[in-house]
Amino acid sequence: MLPDGALLPTLLTLKVASLATLFAFVCGIAIAFVLARREFVGKEGLDALLTLPMVLPPTVLGYYLVVLFGRNGWIGHWLDGQFGYSLIFTWQGAVVAAAIVSLPLILKSARAAYEGVDRNYEDAARTLGQSELAIFVRVTFPLAWRGILAGTLLGFARAMGEFGATLMIAGNLPGKTQTLSLAIYDAVQAGEDALANSLVLITSIVCVVVLVGSSQILKVRHF
Amino acid sequence: MRIGLDSKWLLMLVFAVLPVRAEEVVVSAAASLTNAFKEVGTAFEKTQAEAKVTFNFAASGPLLQQIENGAPVDVFVSADQETMNAAEKKQLTIPATRRNFVSNQLVLVQPKAGSPLKGIGDLANDTVRRIAIGNPASVPVGRYTREVLQAERLWDSVQPRVINADSVRQVLDYVARGEVDAGFVYATDAAIATEKVTVVGTISTPRPVVYPIAVVSTSRRTKLAESFIAFVLAPEAQSILRKYGFAKP
Repeated sequence: MLPDGALLPTLLTLKVASLATLFAFVCGIAIAFVLARREFVGKEGLDALLTLPMVLPPTVLGYYLVVLFGRNGWIGHWLDGQFGYSLIFTWQGAVVAAAIVSLPLILKSARAAYEGVDRNYEDAARTLGQSELAIFVRVTFPLAWRGILAGTLLGFARAMGEFGATLMIAGNLPGKTQTLSLAIYDAVQAGEDALANSLVLITSIVCVVVLVGSSQILKVRHF
Repeated sequence: MRIGLDSKWLLMLVFAVLPVRAEEVVVSAAASLTNAFKEVGTAFEKTQAEAKVTFNFAASGPLLQQIENGAPVDVFVSADQETMNAAEKKQLTIPATRRNFVSNQLVLVQPKAGSPLKGIGDLANDTVRRIAIGNPASVPVGRYTREVLQAERLWDSVQPRVINADSVRQVLDYVARGEVDAGFVYATDAAIATEKVTVVGTISTPRPVVYPIAVVSTSRRTKLAESFIAFVLAPEAQSILRKYGFAKP
């Protein structure tokens, strides 16, 4: 059904976007909880720092990633020396780039969702002797999940569309790091309009499915 | 008298809003010409009163796509005959204005810090983990590279380790940063990055690397476009191009 050269980028995009969203989700809901419930010095500074990837041009982000993870970069040099491993030109690099750009979307929505939860419910659980972790799992998260889910779906869509930072850190390797957005760019550059058309169509369909799916999930009231 | 004055003011207003457009020549040129052509452009502007050259540098393939999709370009310069032939076939350039103006050479480069390679044969060795080349689908230097590697029967062994780049300058950047162990660029590109890359050797290509230049069919400033081409062929521009390492066609 899929034309030649469309299947690999589609599968890779779904893999990269899912893993990136998973990482961003785990980090996002944890950090957002701390930001919503604790007071500490530099709190708003941390929030701003983690929101930066949403507003920075993707090329700036890509450049930071190359400087950090490149073979001569701070982290990259260490990784190369210790494990002979480099994130550059790998699909894992694409996951890192996509996770960083989708983190702010999940973090922002999760923080707002936590702050919208009535603290009295948490206090009630506390009087019943529940641990802080139990309160989070059984009270706060279930009350905040709709907002978190909305942010996560936005994060997934953003991860799917990641282009600039991905191109800089993961390169554009067909079958290895070439996601849908990179494959579209490549097809247009080479004048392969037929391939570009099918890739654009696939991307649009996946995005519509994500949107429709999310609105269906949001209709469900509870877990 | 009064009417004349008004229309003169009106005309001045029009030119104040659109000052350079009438005299601007847009040149889409292969990425390898970036440094040399900027200097050529400045020299051209000095010879032509009120002329302004605007450059658009990228790999030849994408430049052709832009022109095909209606980009307002006056002069097209590609790094190979194939891309210009495609432009001519699609009637995007005027064949009578086409000239070959410089030639270049393919070189194998490696990062300064890397363990020294002896020649192209070393690429068969697995210790060379990543090799950057221009994307053969749209970048001429990539096509030249592929042809050489195929002729040397190295392509099958090299291909899994190939990193495709969007233009010759991206290949150079990957090598300069040490992200790849080797790369294929033009001699002129290697010459601007001697602090970071080492030239392993000049690689002879099955087809010579000769750059054609031509006026774009849809250009509305063909006169200025033609005088730019004439300038590029004349001694002053040619000596600038020689300075950057380009040879006679």
